[in-house]
Amino acid sequence: MATYVEAVRGSHSMDKSITLPPDEIFRNLENAKRFAIDIGGSLTKLAYYSTVQHKVAKVRSFDHAAKQESDGEPLYEISVQEEITARLHFIKFENTYIETCLDFIKDHLVNTETKVIKATGGGAYKFKDLIEKKLKLKVDKEDEMSCLIKGCNFVLKNIPHEVFVYAKHGDSEFRFQNTHPDIFPYLLVNIGSGVSIVKVEAEDRFERIGGSSIGGGTFWGLGALLTKTKRFDELLQLASRGQHTSVDMLVKDIYGGAYGCLGLTGDLIASSFGKSATAEKEFSKEDMAKSLLHMISNDIGQLACLYARLHNLSRVYFGGFFIRGHPVTMHTITYSINYFTKGEVQALFLRHEGYLGAIGAFLKGAEEDNPNQYCWGENYAGSSGLLSVSPELNPMQRERSGTFDMLEMDRLERQLVNLPLLQDSSSYIPDTVDLTEDTLAREYWLCCFEEALDGVVKRAIASQKDQPEAAERAEKFRQKYRDKLQTLRHQPFAYGSLTVRSLLDTREHCLNEFNFPDPYSKIKQKENDLALKSYQRVLKTLEELSWEQRQIALVRGLLAGNVFDWGAKAVSDVLESDPEFGFEKAKQQLQDNSGMDIILGVFPFVRELLSRGTEVVLASNSGPALNDVTNGELQILTERIAAMDPAIHLSEDRLTLVQSGSSSPCLDLSRLDKVLATVVRERGTDLVVIEGMGRAIHTNYYAALSCESLKLAVIKNSWLADRLGGKIFSVVFKYEVPSIIQGHH
Amino acid sequence: MKLKSVKKPAFPWFGMDIGGTLVKLVYFEPKDITAEEEQEEVESLKSIRRYLTSNVAYGKTGVRDVHLELRELSMCGRTGTLHFIRFPTAAMHRFIQMGRDKNFSSLHTTLCATGGGAYKFESDFRTTADLELVKLDELDCLIHGLLYVDSVGFNGHPECYYFENPSDTQACVKQPCSLAHPFPMLLVNIGSGVSVLAVYSKDNYKRVTGTSLGGGTFLGLCCLLTGCETFEEALEMASKGDSTKVDKLVRDIYGGDYQRFGLQGSAVASSFGHMMSKERRDSISREDLARATLVTITNNIGSIARMCAVNEKIERVVFVGNFLRINTVSTKLLAYAMDFWSKGQLRALFLEHEGYFGAVGALLELLKASEDP
Repeated sequence: MATYVEAVRGSHSMDKSITLPPDEIFRNLENAKRFAIDIGGSLTKLAYYSTVQHKVAKVRSFDHAAKQESDGEPLYEISVQEEITARLHFIKFENTYIETCLDFIKDHLVNTETKVIKATGGGAYKFKDLIEKKLKLKVDKEDEMSCLIKGCNFVLKNIPHEVFVYAKHGDSEFRFQNTHPDIFPYLLVNIGSGVSIVKVEAEDRFERIGGSSIGGGTFWGLGALLTKTKRFDELLQLASRGQHTSVDMLVKDIYGGAYGCLGLTGDLIASSFGKSATAEKEFSKEDMAKSLLHMISNDIGQLACLYARLHNLSRVYFGGFFIRGHPVTMHTITYSINYFTKGEVQALFLRHEGYLGAIGAFLKGAEEDNPNQYCWGENYAGSSGLLSVSPELNPMQRERSGTFDMLEMDRLERQLVNLPLLQDSSSYIPDTVDLTEDTLAREYWLCCFEEALDGVVKRAIASQKDQPEAAERAEKFRQKYRDKLQTLRHQPFAYGSLTVRSLLDTREHCLNEFNFPDPYSKIKQKENDLALKSYQRVLKTLEELSWEQRQIALVRGLLAGNVFDWGAKAVSDVLESDPEFGFEKAKQQLQDNSGMDIILGVFPFVRELLSRGTEVVLASNSGPALNDVTNGELQILTERIAAMDPAIHLSEDRLTLVQSGSSSPCLDLSRLDKVLATVVRERGTDLVVIEGMGRAIHTNYYAALSCESLKLAVIKNSWLADRLGGKIFSVVFKYEVPSIIQGHH
Repeated sequence: MKLKSVKKPAFPWFGMDIGGTLVKLVYFEPKDITAEEEQEEVESLKSIRRYLTSNVAYGKTGVRDVHLELRELSMCGRTGTLHFIRFPTAAMHRFIQMGRDKNFSSLHTTLCATGGGAYKFESDFRTTADLELVKLDELDCLIHGLLYVDSVGFNGHPECYYFENPSDTQACVKQPCSLAHPFPMLLVNIGSGVSVLAVYSKDNYKRVTGTSLGGGTFLGLCCLLTGCETFEEALEMASKGDSTKVDKLVRDIYGGDYQRFGLQGSAVASSFGHMMSKERRDSISREDLARATLVTITNNIGSIARMCAVNEKIERVVFVGNFLRINTVSTKLLAYAMDFWSKGQLRALFLEHEGYFGAVGALLELLKASEDP
């Protein structure tokens, strides 16, 4: 049933005492448009679309035909340009702040042509006049349930690790699920004051197949009567301290033990509140609240299972204020589902469940911007993360920052899809180690990223020497990223599974946030320049070798180039202190041979493949990440190499450059550029080479592909090397042939 | 314990069902006792018969449901009256003591018992009253007892009934009917908790599911919310209350029907939903609370039963159990819920001897065992 809950605090006294920090809460309001608001019983969720002006580093080839090359002349030019990208903002706050927030928005809202605000949620009508008066926008009401479903579809499609199962006693409480390529059909059980059970079969096809009047309102209302406790949160806290067995009649109270032949255990509740049918005893508030919680959770779980079975659905998501950020209710619902389906169905929860209505209402109002045509990505820098305002989990934070929770999503410039060569896209997990589960690894990496922070800040400042305020921005970046690391220490699950990739990506997002789009662009430029000069010498050395020696040398070259990794602290320490640390030293570290990253490592390898008639598709990052080559840079480099080496030439059927769609040092093969996927499919790719620690070790180490694959990297981290049972600068060279999948005859 | 193979079991003939809240006892009083027989009858047996048949109340809490007795019933070659007696499980120890005081064990009879208490109190029977219980499965007894009572009828009238026009409160009337072709049926037994069985024949059934929200929940919550002490008191209050003051209806949220999903304005959206607000909590009566509790529990059982019926593809839903005793609010509500939500596909059936089938089944087991060679 509906999610609407009447605000229970007798008077909705407006809290005007708070002041809102504009940098942190309602950001980018200047260009905001397409407002939507979802007002529930106690929380308001506001959504808007805005554009963000970002600095981006662009590379542009000099006109080399016009002038002769001379020493000291870089081979391409880097310019920082302003780029405008789209961002979705979602802010959640308590209803008591609504007036302050509306005032704030009114004051900061300039240049907007917006005339209407989409509204949903039961409270929308109550605040209609206030919104219209304050914002001078016309309130346009949208159906609650359709907003909810629209929002749900959106997060399921766009946010990896949106979905989790809850395991109170597990190694990690939150176990995040893979994004399934096909999200439909699913069951959404929305537990508001009542319960609605909705079957969703397609983007615009859903049906309320059932419901129950026993929901969050029953827990709250009946709980308030039984315990004289007014607030929902307090009731849950009472329940978490109680013992239901003093109030409930258990199977063993009737049988004296288990009822074996029916498989009913002694501890099973036979009759909720069955022991309270007496005037002789007093029951504690805690015990009654606990019994009530069990009664309601079990009942909802049972109905959800009956509906799931009837409609043959195995994906069941739970949402609504009864669930929202409350480990207690997630636990009891999970328990109930597990009991009634004998483990066949898992209760699934959503990280952004509280935003679904607002997202849906926003999408309804933004159809002309076609938000569903794009891919969106969660911006870790601007989003608060799961349970950021959960009182039981984080009382300190609640005190400090009020109860504002944010979600920001960036519009991605490219359509992202699965790599068609994944053996099973639904079970593919990009990351090798889940740091939410692996405590030792988590502690190590959090420390590692914390320690590396100074270096990153220095590098960021150095990359913008000409800008005096760069130091100030870099400091803000440091603060932000350190806060993120701190949050992740306490809530590793805040942004889904914690992984080395997510730590790296969060850092990139924070750097971008403070306009350090590509701190390594100049270093890359210099390195590329140097490497290009050695290219022909390396080729000559290689050509003098026998075929077999040459193959080994080529692989060594690939790996030697991989040493130049600014992301690895062991390496960046050396590189920072010894600017002359060059390719010769790198090859010594490998106790052998030749070439630098892309130019001296990858190109000779590519050249060998081309010369034996192999078609090559060279994929590189769409956006900058550390010192990884970007597609823009690679275009220029390839042209330059082609100019001096006739064996390398770009053509449709020989060598193709494609961008990966990624801006990360790691690689998620389930979110790749659509063009790359198409090329892979059309060209019938039969070998995938993945190079680098980020792409082949931190991610994809276990990725199973349907064709042959080669994963190679140099381990540039002694802790990781230890873990893998080797020494720092050891090599991973993993050649895999797909296991034969049994097919139909 | 293995039953002795004798031609007829020795009197007295009892069947007992010891539930979580209530003990149900059926007693067969032979009316065809010959003078010779009467002379031979031992004093203790006579005393038991007189005590049970000449009273309608036993101690403070025991009750004989005189209106339910089955007269001129022929059982195992004897004719007599079947009496239906109940008392709270809490009084079980006093009952066992009475068994000892009346020297029950000297009668060499067999006491057939079912329900959880048959297990829980087994050793008390043995040690206190020197009585060996024959423990029987409660679901077997329930089904056998139900089919038997339906087959013998209720003193010339049908045992079973349903409600005609269940969706129309004015025209809704109780109609007797026959369970002539009972299978398959969904049997919903509402005692302290609820069991839902799919029954395909006398001995072929499965327990589909159950819920802990049953009669015990209704009474337990009512006691906590209103301070009442008995089921009768709770029902009495419920009959006078108005649940719409406690529950939040669809129209309270949407102003009317929620047409997008075909929900009527009068449907309950959130049980006890109004109670989230302090003003509302201060303005309701105990009767309203009792009514809301009854409606909440009943609707929930109806909804689970309906889902099970659909999942199991069974159209006939039979509700039994003592929760339905003197409880027309619930029976009518269940009849309405089955009819309305299934668009007339499902029919709710009820039986006059609501909660006694387990006890009858236990008695049948006593007689059956004796007939076996």
